[in-house]
Amino acid sequence: MSHDQHFRVWRGDSDKGELVDYPVLVNEGEVVLDIIHRLQQTEAQDLAVRWNCKAGKCGSCSVEINGRPRLACMTRMSTFEEDEVITVTPLRTFPVIRDLVTDVSFNYTKAREIPSFAPPEGVEPGEYRMAQVDVERSQEFRKCIECYLCQNTCHVVRDHEENKENFAGPRYLMRIAELDMHPLDAADRKEAAQEEHGLGYCNITKCCTEVCPEHIKITDNALIPLKERVVDRKYDPLVWLGSKIGIGRKSTKG
Amino acid sequence: MSSTTDASAARAQIAARTLRTDRWWLPPLATFIAFTAWVAYATVRSFMQEYYYVAEYNYLTPFYSPCVSVGCVPEASHLGQFLPDVWWLPYAAVSLPFLLLFRLTCYYYRKAYYRAFWLSPPACAVAEPHAKYTGETRFPLIMQNLHRYFFYIATAIALLNTYDAILSFTKADGSFGLGLGNIILVVNVVFLWGYSLSCHSCRSIIGGRLNHFSKHPVRYKLWGFVSRLNTKHMQYAWITLATLAFTDFYVMAVSAGWISDLRIVG
Repeated sequence: MSHDQHFRVWRGDSDKGELVDYPVLVNEGEVVLDIIHRLQQTEAQDLAVRWNCKAGKCGSCSVEINGRPRLACMTRMSTFEEDEVITVTPLRTFPVIRDLVTDVSFNYTKAREIPSFAPPEGVEPGEYRMAQVDVERSQEFRKCIECYLCQNTCHVVRDHEENKENFAGPRYLMRIAELDMHPLDAADRKEAAQEEHGLGYCNITKCCTEVCPEHIKITDNALIPLKERVVDRKYDPLVWLGSKIGIGRKSTKG
Repeated sequence: MSSTTDASAARAQIAARTLRTDRWWLPPLATFIAFTAWVAYATVRSFMQEYYYVAEYNYLTPFYSPCVSVGCVPEASHLGQFLPDVWWLPYAAVSLPFLLLFRLTCYYYRKAYYRAFWLSPPACAVAEPHAKYTGETRFPLIMQNLHRYFFYIATAIALLNTYDAILSFTKADGSFGLGLGNIILVVNVVFLWGYSLSCHSCRSIIGGRLNHFSKHPVRYKLWGFVSRLNTKHMQYAWITLATLAFTDFYVMAVSAGWISDLRIVG
């Protein structure tokens, strides 16, 4: 079964751009990326789009479809009505290069700002010993494909360009949570999460979780636990008192 | 206005605040209406200072527990009477502010009211109307970090509500009684525990703050239990709003004589 569908695709660059209308053929079983490719083969041969695996695992084809941050390769055409207008735009949080391709280097910068895994002193590679139960929790976060849909949808930077400098974004706060929960990571990351990476900007409105194509519970399992760990360190008078009089741990690396 | 289409940052120039075509405004609107209605009801009831206790069956509404004003019915005051009886002080003034703060700083309610009341953001990928945003980095919102203290206090109050519910099985004459009111009070308390124990702070305190579950098998098991409850925290938040209001309304209706309690035993 095939039908014609009305597509509106944003065309332009960092100076200017507009939504351009295209009537385009849609076949049964196709996804939005298939339609974008059909446009490239027919009416818009110079249309720029970033893509790679077509299986929802490389995180390249992140765009906004009818205003919602999605992977174009995982958005089935069957989820739309045949007479619906489908609007495809680039991610709105990052600088646009051309058409549907954006410059996501903000995320690479933020990734580099996080100190890497730090084993305890005297433990050499090859000597790491961990119980499965201790690493299980953070394995959820390793499912991240770095599509940056969460970084794009987070209103802290989406609606406030000026916050980019001070806010790492959900993907990288999740990375800090992963390392902080790691049984063999000896670095203290709580203070830095709050002071340097902008954890306080997160107001847990859960859009990162809503758009995650890997269904990682970013807010419930990474950001809120990290906020609670910061509370342990910075705002808990019982912990403070305990550490002053010598009972209880100063660190929560229990 | 927000900078979703920030030309100086070389973002794509799209005039629309959002291109979403679904009814994204419906959930925040529903939340706004429901919260406003609930807060209005709770405020009126907290200051009403009557119809909070059914002496015959020992039913005390959670909105008046503990009843510590000198204006309280003596039988309803389990913790003594030490607050003055003035119109601007709710009879349960020692518990209500903390219950309010517990819910106000709750991670679920924060999401709900930041979206529905502060529009920050109203929905995902819908631009917020504010020019600046500092989130929970500064006073007063940095105080949200005190959630766990209100959790401790709310847990103590949940214990008190449990005591009230158990006490209501003893009638004024000392004999055992069971009525619809008892069932309503017990159901309310069960859901209150569901809400309290599924709290994100509880999850962290119980075991989430540990990095070596293998060294703490009991806490790990409890953390697993709380984590399962935690996935339903939003549901408990809404259910308890409903059970609290309904329990209070039922006690008010019986106390005021609008309806009589359906008795099963005694």
